[in-house]
Amino acid sequence: MRSDKNTSAPLGLKIAAGLGLAFLHLPILLIFLYAFTTEEKSYQFPPPGYTFKWFAAAWNRPDVWEAMGLSVRVASISTVVALVLGTLCAAAVSRTKFFGREAVSLLVILPIALPGIITGIALRSAFSFAEIPFSFWTIVLGHATFCVVVVYNNAVARFRRISGSLVEASADLGADSFQTFRYIILPNIGTALLAGGMLAFALSFDEVIVSTFTAGQQSTLPIWMLEELIRPRQRPVTNVVAMIVVLVTFLPILGAYYLTRDGDQVAGGGK
Amino acid sequence: MTAVLFQQVSRHFGAVRAVDSVDLAIAEGEFFAMLGPSGSGKTTCLRLMAGFEQPTGGHIEIFGETAEGVPPYRRNVNTVFQDYALFPHLSILENVAYGLMVKGVAKAERLKAAEEALAMVKLPGYGTRRPGQLSGGQRQRVALARALVNRPRVLLLDEPLGALDLKLREQMQEELKSLQKSLGITFVFVTHDQGEALSMADRIAVFSDGKIQQLGTPEDVYKRPKTRFVADFVGSSNVLPPDFVEGLGFGKHYASLRPEAIDLGDGPGRKQFSGRVTAASFLGAANRVTVEANGARVAAMLSASISVPAQGETITLSFLPQDLHMMDGTQ
Repeated sequence: MRSDKNTSAPLGLKIAAGLGLAFLHLPILLIFLYAFTTEEKSYQFPPPGYTFKWFAAAWNRPDVWEAMGLSVRVASISTVVALVLGTLCAAAVSRTKFFGREAVSLLVILPIALPGIITGIALRSAFSFAEIPFSFWTIVLGHATFCVVVVYNNAVARFRRISGSLVEASADLGADSFQTFRYIILPNIGTALLAGGMLAFALSFDEVIVSTFTAGQQSTLPIWMLEELIRPRQRPVTNVVAMIVVLVTFLPILGAYYLTRDGDQVAGGGK
Repeated sequence: MTAVLFQQVSRHFGAVRAVDSVDLAIAEGEFFAMLGPSGSGKTTCLRLMAGFEQPTGGHIEIFGETAEGVPPYRRNVNTVFQDYALFPHLSILENVAYGLMVKGVAKAERLKAAEEALAMVKLPGYGTRRPGQLSGGQRQRVALARALVNRPRVLLLDEPLGALDLKLREQMQEELKSLQKSLGITFVFVTHDQGEALSMADRIAVFSDGKIQQLGTPEDVYKRPKTRFVADFVGSSNVLPPDFVEGLGFGKHYASLRPEAIDLGDGPGRKQFSGRVTAASFLGAANRVTVEANGARVAAMLSASISVPAQGETITLSFLPQDLHMMDGTQ
């Protein structure tokens, strides 16, 4: 944040901006605060006392570990699936011309524009129609639908900035297709893929709606939290887990932002 | 030995005949220019030589070996791209060493060769920089070094000087020419700039509509254009219509006549015609005068020792019959 003394905003505007930010972020701070409270049953303000015991309690709850493990595995596999499919799709759309290219481009992006509830219902009906029982893989499939979009969007933007003659130049200098991919394409789209992958992981990790429709009896971490809020056992444990979710999703998104911010010096420099 | 041979080569894109039944033979060690306006097929011909395009008909040989179906990475031919196509994520030295790297040349050896290539294009010590840190002219030299380090038997240059400013372009023209002489490599370069082709090439192929209109030395192409297109595109020659030529006592053909070959007045053995002056300008060493004669517009370079004729004045002009060149076609 930089502010110039000569062009300082009026006080009213500053207060309004401050209030806006507070409205956005204070509830998150409260979540953090109640992770340390000694009061188990209700949200009493200010908390009567502070303690670290809920971290230990969370650590010792097998259901927390189970849900977290499932979420990490689902997010990892969805991200890998999305990386492979999203990159291939981006390469096809940006490097070649074929009939229906624009339509494919739109269809790939559609899942993220559609409300999650539609994707969820559609997948659930499809699974029951095809008589596929709910499993780890049905959750992965559900998550992959929107993870692919994130990777695709990142990769396609980068692919478009790689001048087509770079690939030809590489071939001209004696590199076969594999060498061209390894030495020219991958280094140029690498940061975009990493950013896309991190975003996909974060999206998958805290996804609730599609998971509700495709998880069956399994609990991913967000579903576990929802259940805990309805039937609380040790309420602050949920807050501890919420803190972990914030860390796990916020750090990759921050990383992705920094990776793609300086993308200009990586790509398109051949001109 | 023939470096590049095209026999009835065609490259059609659907109904578009980008290259249409082209025959050409480029000799080893030759500096060969393919000249033409955009869309004339010259770049497609270059891409056929590089292997980025495959012919839809005909036969291509590079140093006696059939080239159809051989991918670019198995051809002993390298290209300097119009946009240079330097790899933005690699240093200049790594860019130049790339061709040797993918062929598996040891690191120390390939970096040494790359340094030498950079010195050859007068960029010693630039190896650690990135392409983004160089000027257009410097990138062009890097692109040249990157191609030459592979010791190609044919170097293809796609509008290599197109993006440079005038002064740099003239300097690079000379450098390319001397580099070609000292290396003895066959250079094939594509350009739409007739001045560039005339000053650099040993031979020029003039392209239009996917066909070669004329293939010859710069002097041939400039002084003795075979077709109206060549006369229009290459020189500043007058293209005289068949009726006008017939009226002067020649056959009914299009003919070309260079403005420098025309003088004021008449003389023994000269063909004369009169015309009304439509434009006249003083150029220092000469006066450029345009006249309208028998429905044809004729430009003449007249000696500056005579004062500039007034507009609307009728003057008599003449030329030697051997300076008139008949061209193909009466249309």
